[in-house]
Amino acid sequence: MIEINNVSKHYGAFQVLTDCTTQVAKGEVVVVCGPSGSGKSTLIKTINGLEPIQKGDILVNGTAVCSPKTNLSRLRSKVGMVFQHFELFPHLTITQNLTLGQIKVLGRGKDEATEKGLKLLDRVGLKTQADKYPGQLSGGQQQRVAIARALSMDPIAMLFDEPTSALDPEMINEVLDVMVELAREGMTMMCVTHEMGFAKKVAHRVIFMDQGRILEDTPKDEFFGNVEQRTDRAKQFLSRILHH
Amino acid sequence: MAYEFDFSLINAANLKVLGEGMVVSLEITLTGAIVGIVWGSILAMMRLSSIRSLSWFSEGYVTVCRSIPLVMVLLWFFLIVPQLLQNVLGLSAASDLRMTSSLIAFSLFEAAYCSEIIRAGIQGVPRGQLFAAQALGMHYGQVMLLVILPQAFRNMVPLLLMQGIILFQDTSLVYVSALADFFGRAYDIGERDGRTVDMLLFAGVVYFVICFFASQLVRRLHKKAST
Repeated sequence: MIEINNVSKHYGAFQVLTDCTTQVAKGEVVVVCGPSGSGKSTLIKTINGLEPIQKGDILVNGTAVCSPKTNLSRLRSKVGMVFQHFELFPHLTITQNLTLGQIKVLGRGKDEATEKGLKLLDRVGLKTQADKYPGQLSGGQQQRVAIARALSMDPIAMLFDEPTSALDPEMINEVLDVMVELAREGMTMMCVTHEMGFAKKVAHRVIFMDQGRILEDTPKDEFFGNVEQRTDRAKQFLSRILHH
Repeated sequence: MAYEFDFSLINAANLKVLGEGMVVSLEITLTGAIVGIVWGSILAMMRLSSIRSLSWFSEGYVTVCRSIPLVMVLLWFFLIVPQLLQNVLGLSAASDLRMTSSLIAFSLFEAAYCSEIIRAGIQGVPRGQLFAAQALGMHYGQVMLLVILPQAFRNMVPLLLMQGIILFQDTSLVYVSALADFFGRAYDIGERDGRTVDMLLFAGVVYFVICFFASQLVRRLHKKAST
């Protein structure tokens, strides 16, 4: 479904990504973790072309993301993305947020789009908030709306870029619950997150990144079960985030 | 000796003439503001575009407009544009194009000022909004029109209204083309009756009152918007 081959990226002299290679198969859930500044957010943004790359290539469902011939807008409409800071459109109501893409990008009728949007809103447990503006919702609620917005486009895969990092602790679970449910339904997912509980529960593989390189790309059970086999850097990282 | 203002100047006949002048002033203000915002938005997007030639054009346009006095541009337009239009449209030399050329001059000039405000407004919208809109599959035009510009304008409304008030004052510069706006009319009446100072004082008071209340209104709007 998603293939990343030898991807490198730099801003001027600063190397952000170095020779990253990995794949996400259909229905697979891959968690990407690593210290801040390790390039994980950049990596996930290269998948739908939000971050251009200088070397390597990326295929999404067989389409080359970096080819100038690719209709990038069309490709993006098929890949859902959820951001750290939600990025709901503050000048639109929740319903409008959920229907804008469906109407303007997919060309759906307003009624059809609204029906679908409200159904998804109900699914993330926020049916009653339809007419509010994003600013009136809590962070956790906004992020759930953001997930619903991404799902409204019927994506073939979902990308999560630190979806819980900007949330107060008591709101993290309501967002993770939605993500777990999504994973169990067989959605193809790539998640940049530090929530190792989530990784243990639903991930198939865990990728560990540091300084722009993929240091580990390991099946989940191996990653958490056989800590001794991990790279020193990964061990150090895990010991820091797992024991408190 | 204290100066004595001749209140008899403020009579119905004169007010009617002044009113007609005010209509011209407002017409220029409104046209300048609307075209200025639309063309200014386009200029701002060109300036922020990754296509070099577009951004250079926009930068050059704005720099030129901001570096020459408006009154000079008005004069050029007064002297050049009517002839040009007459040649292009085959109009008789007698047709009065002063209004048209003034409208064009103000619109083009205003666009340069607005584009700087709008550019700042666009840049003030968090980058994540751009990413989110793009991630939904919107193309550049949709991203701008549906997501970025509505938010940018909401932040910019007070600044743009203030610019509109300045524009309203600047419309008095059309006197160089002998166009009968409010200021021109006041001046004409003053000349005719030999009371130029009185009429200019009166015109000044009117400009002050209008602009003062308009800017108070903008301030209140701004306060309301930011709470």
